[in-house]
Amino acid sequence: MSRLRTIDVVQGGLKKRYRFERLFRRLGLAAIILSLAFLSLLFISISMKGYTAFVQTFISITVHLDETKIDITNPGKAYYGSMVKEALRNALPEVQGRRDKRSLYGLISTGAEYQLRDMVMANPELIGTIQTVWVPADDDVDMLLKGHIDRHSPESERRISDKVIGWIDDLENQGVICKKFNTTFFSSGDSREPELAGIRGAAMGSLYTLLVTLAIAFPLGVGAAVYLEEFAPTNRWTDIIEVNINNLAAVPSIIFGLLGLAMFINFFGLPRSAPLVGGLVLSLMTLPTIIIAGRAALKAVPPSIREAALGIGASKVQMVMHHVLPLAMPGMLTGTIIGMAQALGETAPLLMIGMVAFIVDIPTALTDPAAVLPVQIYLWADSPERAFVEKTSAAIMVLLTFLICMNGAAVYLRRRFERRW
Amino acid sequence: MNLTIPSSQTVDLSTAIAPRDSRETVGQPFVDKARMECRDVDVSYGDTQAIYGVSLDIGSNEVMAMIGPSGCGKSTFLRCLNRMNDTIDSCRVSGSIELDGQDIYDKMVDVVPLRAQVGMVFQKPNPFPKSIYENIAYGPRIHGLASHKGDIDEIVETSLRKAGLWAEVKDRLDKPGTGLSGGQQQRLCIARTIAVSPEVILMDEPCSALDPIATARIEELIDELREHYTIAIVTHSMQQASRVSQRTAYFHLGYLIEVGATEQVFTTPQHRLTEEYITGRFG
Ligand SMILES: Nc1ncnc2c1ncn2[C@@H]1O[C@H](COP(=O)(O)OP(=O)(O)OP(=O)(O)O)[C@@H](O)[C@H]1O
Ligand SMILES: [Mg+2]
Repeated sequence: MSRLRTIDVVQGGLKKRYRFERLFRRLGLAAIILSLAFLSLLFISISMKGYTAFVQTFISITVHLDETKIDITNPGKAYYGSMVKEALRNALPEVQGRRDKRSLYGLISTGAEYQLRDMVMANPELIGTIQTVWVPADDDVDMLLKGHIDRHSPESERRISDKVIGWIDDLENQGVICKKFNTTFFSSGDSREPELAGIRGAAMGSLYTLLVTLAIAFPLGVGAAVYLEEFAPTNRWTDIIEVNINNLAAVPSIIFGLLGLAMFINFFGLPRSAPLVGGLVLSLMTLPTIIIAGRAALKAVPPSIREAALGIGASKVQMVMHHVLPLAMPGMLTGTIIGMAQALGETAPLLMIGMVAFIVDIPTALTDPAAVLPVQIYLWADSPERAFVEKTSAAIMVLLTFLICMNGAAVYLRRRFERRW
Repeated sequence: MNLTIPSSQTVDLSTAIAPRDSRETVGQPFVDKARMECRDVDVSYGDTQAIYGVSLDIGSNEVMAMIGPSGCGKSTFLRCLNRMNDTIDSCRVSGSIELDGQDIYDKMVDVVPLRAQVGMVFQKPNPFPKSIYENIAYGPRIHGLASHKGDIDEIVETSLRKAGLWAEVKDRLDKPGTGLSGGQQQRLCIARTIAVSPEVILMDEPCSALDPIATARIEELIDELREHYTIAIVTHSMQQASRVSQRTAYFHLGYLIEVGATEQVFTTPQHRLTEEYITGRFG
């Protein structure tokens, strides 16, 4: 009987091993391709729907800022709407009759008169002159020009009649209608009028809320993780605490919202709809994520480093601060960013504390009423006007951009910390 | 496990040799000028006991070599001497260990100054993931031994020179210590330990990753350090033990089997196990 040589046995099994390896690699690749495909599908469909929101139809009107209608001492009080209407009548003199005229005035956004007012208040010398200004068109006009309203469909199924379409074509021929980059979307708060609605209020609300969340959850989470991992004795109490932290991470977020409502608003009397309260609630929710990630990062620091520090007489705090924490920081930051990204997308708990209200003003302080991006998306998605569909997608794009920036910052920070070996 | 140690040792070397199954310490575990005195030290990790009733003195200005087969508890015992075992939750130490007459396991004793006084070089090189310079400067800095940049620079240079590493790293002090080779890392760790000038230095197989030249350098260093310091060194190399140490302790499965003057232990061991180990019949 010949002795089996190891090499022969190895050769015999090699094929099978490699087959398994190839299979494993292909499965992994397939999983990645599939998820990338879903992701790009999401991105593409959202951008396809949303990119039109970044341009907006404007109509150029020539208004006479009539000095008889504007009180120089108090230009804010004047009724600019009549001047806008006059300008429109001049542009399309063929429109006659009360009803037609009313439809004509509807071509232009109600925001136009405020735009004129702001213009005059900023520069009172304009009073008495004739000015040509671009004012936002009504959302129906916008939708028609963007092709979202089919002009060949039966008239009764459209929000715009054939007659009005005729006027719009007329204005287009005069060259006084055009599409421009939509700065309003980035500079104003929410509005009932789609053409005046912007994302800035919600974006600022989200920013403030996240700042509060970060300022509270990060130091608390890192502190708790360091204490539990490095200093706490291992006994029944720390076991109970550990179990509870893990439980907290799995508690439905709406319950944190209820807690926030009961505690921060009803008990401590903090204002409703405020980023301060939103941030507090979200930090409750983010805290377990940060603690768990932080503890994992601390556990991953090799014990030999701790021994080295203790061995030359570092105290425990010095060991943690000088050696363990810097090494664990990249992992902690990753956990924090994941938590913050969750917080950015969180809607349910914020509904509970009133951040779902319709808020026009852009918040300037932590206690101002504010909406946040996901709530804004929810509100717009719920609105009946066709023009809000593209706004919703655009808002989602802004939210995703926020997310990408945050993750980018996380990667950057991690690199910086890791460069200290 | 209760161990009785003969109070006065009058063993007739020519005739008596302790049998294999005896676990009593033979030789001279005690000295007159003891720096560290260990009495009936038991160490256990959870339910498994690793050290059984070890009583041993480490004299001042002497190098004590600890030898014994792998897993016999040399590292465990060494780590008791500066309370590094405190960091292992399951580890329990009983008995008494005194440094200059002060019980180091006393509740009143602060481990920070203790470890500044009793430094340690670990079995596996463990440089900080920082620059070579920072590795050495860290100890003196946290203990406030030097505050001026110049003083620290000097400590860094002399420590590296003593560890025989200066020539190799003097141009790359700002490079990470973890980027050095295994042997260089171990010398860096030795330099880091002597940078705080501890009075007792515990070395756990400091030369296991070093080439003969670097080993010779470290042995020279140990010889130099002996003038002022007390050193306990664990080694697997019998030659090294006989070259650097004045006294040798032989451990076996958690028991201290034999202690004595190095020369005597290596030439006329008084215990069968010691004899078998050093003659290579047991490994
Ligand atoms: N952290 C620990 N937890 C549990 N048991 C341990 C631990 N460290 C060591 N031991 C056990 O204690 C005994 C002694 O180990 P120790 O490391 O002291 O041996 P050693 O003599 O240093 O061996 P070597 O020469 O291989 O380094 C071994 O049986 C080991 O399994
Ligand atoms: Mg060992």
